[in-house]
Amino acid sequence: MTAKNIMIVGVGGQGTLLTSRILGGLATAGGYDVKLSEVHGMAQRGGSVVTFVRYGDKVAEPIVEEGQADVLIAFERLEALRYAHFLKKDGALIVNDWRIDPIPVVIGAAEYPQGIIETLKREHKVYAVNATEESKKLGNPRVFNLIVLGIAAQHMDFTKEEWYDVIEHTVPPKTIEINKKAFDVGYCLES
Amino acid sequence: MSEKKKVIMLGNEAIARGAYEAGVKVSAAYPGTPSTEISEYLVQYKDDLYCEWSPNEKVATEVAVGASLAGTRAMSCMKHVGFNVAADPAYSVSYMGVNGGLVIVVADDPGLYSSQNEQDTRMVARAAQLPVLEPSDSSEAKEFMKQAFELSEKFDRPFVFRTTTRLAHSQGIVELDERKEVEDKPYEKDIRRTVMMPVNAKLRHVEIEKRNLELAEAANTLPINKVEMIDTRIGIITSGIPYQYVKEVLPEASVLKLGMVNPLPKKLIEDFASKVETLYIIEELDPVIEEQVKSWGIKAAGKELFTVQGEYSANMIRRAILGEELRIAEPAQVPVRPPILCPGCPHRSVYYVVKKLNLHVAGDIGCYTLGAVAPLSVVDTTMCMGSSISTLHGMEKAKGKEYIKNWVAAIGDSTFLHTGVNSLMNMTYNKSTGTVLILDNSTTGMTGHQDHAATGKTLQGDPTYAIDIPALCRAVGVKHVTEVNAFDLERLEAVIKEEVARDEVSVIITKTPCVLLSKEKKPLYIAQEDLCKKCGMCMKPGCPAMTKRENGTVCIDDTMCTGCGLCKDLCKFGAIELVKAGDR
Repeated sequence: MTAKNIMIVGVGGQGTLLTSRILGGLATAGGYDVKLSEVHGMAQRGGSVVTFVRYGDKVAEPIVEEGQADVLIAFERLEALRYAHFLKKDGALIVNDWRIDPIPVVIGAAEYPQGIIETLKREHKVYAVNATEESKKLGNPRVFNLIVLGIAAQHMDFTKEEWYDVIEHTVPPKTIEINKKAFDVGYCLES
Repeated sequence: MSEKKKVIMLGNEAIARGAYEAGVKVSAAYPGTPSTEISEYLVQYKDDLYCEWSPNEKVATEVAVGASLAGTRAMSCMKHVGFNVAADPAYSVSYMGVNGGLVIVVADDPGLYSSQNEQDTRMVARAAQLPVLEPSDSSEAKEFMKQAFELSEKFDRPFVFRTTTRLAHSQGIVELDERKEVEDKPYEKDIRRTVMMPVNAKLRHVEIEKRNLELAEAANTLPINKVEMIDTRIGIITSGIPYQYVKEVLPEASVLKLGMVNPLPKKLIEDFASKVETLYIIEELDPVIEEQVKSWGIKAAGKELFTVQGEYSANMIRRAILGEELRIAEPAQVPVRPPILCPGCPHRSVYYVVKKLNLHVAGDIGCYTLGAVAPLSVVDTTMCMGSSISTLHGMEKAKGKEYIKNWVAAIGDSTFLHTGVNSLMNMTYNKSTGTVLILDNSTTGMTGHQDHAATGKTLQGDPTYAIDIPALCRAVGVKHVTEVNAFDLERLEAVIKEEVARDEVSVIITKTPCVLLSKEKKPLYIAQEDLCKKCGMCMKPGCPAMTKRENGTVCIDDTMCTGCGLCKDLCKFGAIELVKAGDR
């Protein structure tokens, strides 16, 4: 199998590391060669962060380059727009339809772009959901990333049991149930 | 034979695993991105080895040297700029050699993800005449660590283990081996090699030149340097992460992959170069391999095609070597999202007051460096660990005490203990009048919350003596030491005003823990639309949880608010209201 390229983008602190580790664990359990690349340090303080996951028979470079992503998972819609050019022509873009203002917007030096989802839909296959609101309904706004991952799972070749298994092994023990519930929400959404 | 267990590991985790399997007994480090996680993973093996956070990289490396002299395998870990701090022991232990194997792990940061410069450790290591190994993925990281200790003992040389951000923070599949317990080497007193005074060091210099030549000769046949002869039209000499980009783009090209990047295997390189039609040298940052190879009269292309800045990529090689025009969609023009202080960060509150008083800040290395960017924009300088205090002192000596009455130095607790305390000694000794803010958030924040000498806990999780920072300041001669809560705006303002006006050194410690340290449910504030007068006061500190509604009134993001209350204290109209923690 040629390498499958997945990107997770978001705002530092949103949990991109946890999500990439779930994906990495999933591909490892599936017997693939896997590489993933993360961002630590300063960018984790509210900056724009990117994580790459690649798996297949043999993977050399640990990053995904422009025009090569099969799936782009965005935890915030401005970040989806920032990295959309990394997608392949027929790649899937899964977006948490949620807004976090970057500091230039907070201080009035820039405007938050309007109509991002519509703009993205003109070029890409877009699956947008306000996962943050959905996760609040579950009682924990932090598990929105599992909802987004649930949608992404619809575009990947792993069984629900395989996903459950890796979630159980990756998230903190106390949060397994709510994370699985959040995953289900995304997995069952029609897209 | 049973099959080895395969796991996916971060580069830094693999380095820790390699050290464990190599039988390391002592490791010392100071946190620094992208090296920090090595120690955090190593501590899981604490039943078999000792590891610690030292106050700085010089101390850490000297600890490792001591452990090596005592006959055990030992290491220190740091980021590239930390290697400058450790340069003093590194240059001289190079003369001394080792007893137990000694490895200094140094992580470079091409692309400056979290650093103040982009220096190439291979250059520093060459200057110190230290051999260098460089892995290209997690699996090699583990194996090369083991080889580093073997080679260190075999050739009596301390080894540098160079990684980069992309290696350190990428995960890949690793096969686990068992730990190999290594018998301690006996210690034999021999001052000719362990007392570096001129008469001994002169002779050691001759000796290590000889050792390095032996190592360079051996490098021609060491399996760590690997030739992959395939299509000979293109030949590439590379090492580290760029090797992966080469394999991605040119799987058929012939490659000489160097696992040891100092000293270079001259014969092996000459032989490889003679067998390929066009030779390229692909290495991240400085032309370390390239300049040496070209100096031997070998024709090759390198930095004419590639940059000395930032990270490489497969696309970069596609363009430079294959001349491919890549049809890539243009990125959208969108507002940048730079890193910022977190919602609820105590530094924001302190900087808000500093800005209100119109003061300049001689800054330092840590999360609080982010006070340099808008809207706070209070930090004037950031250079290296501990430098805030000494640069302020220098300004005063140049221009006099009145000149620095609208200046303060700002430094974090961990950075203060790293090297800042030396600068404070200098201030009292040389009769400075400056004001130092120690932004004490009870942790090493930027690198992800590591303990330090004032937190009362060791890397191995044991309770320990916690340095009393106010007492330490008094002990070095500061008469005016004041502790203030970072969120007590009124008192903070009064104290800063009083201390900057004073004609003596003073230290203000703003002691409030990092907001990320506590996992408790925190209070939540909301902004009431009908009471908001759109004055913008609450937006001034630049909290990312504060946004504006279409009508210009303020709205607080309930997923981000941590309940610090700074915005509430700034609102004159009572528009910001506390919602109980249970209501979240």
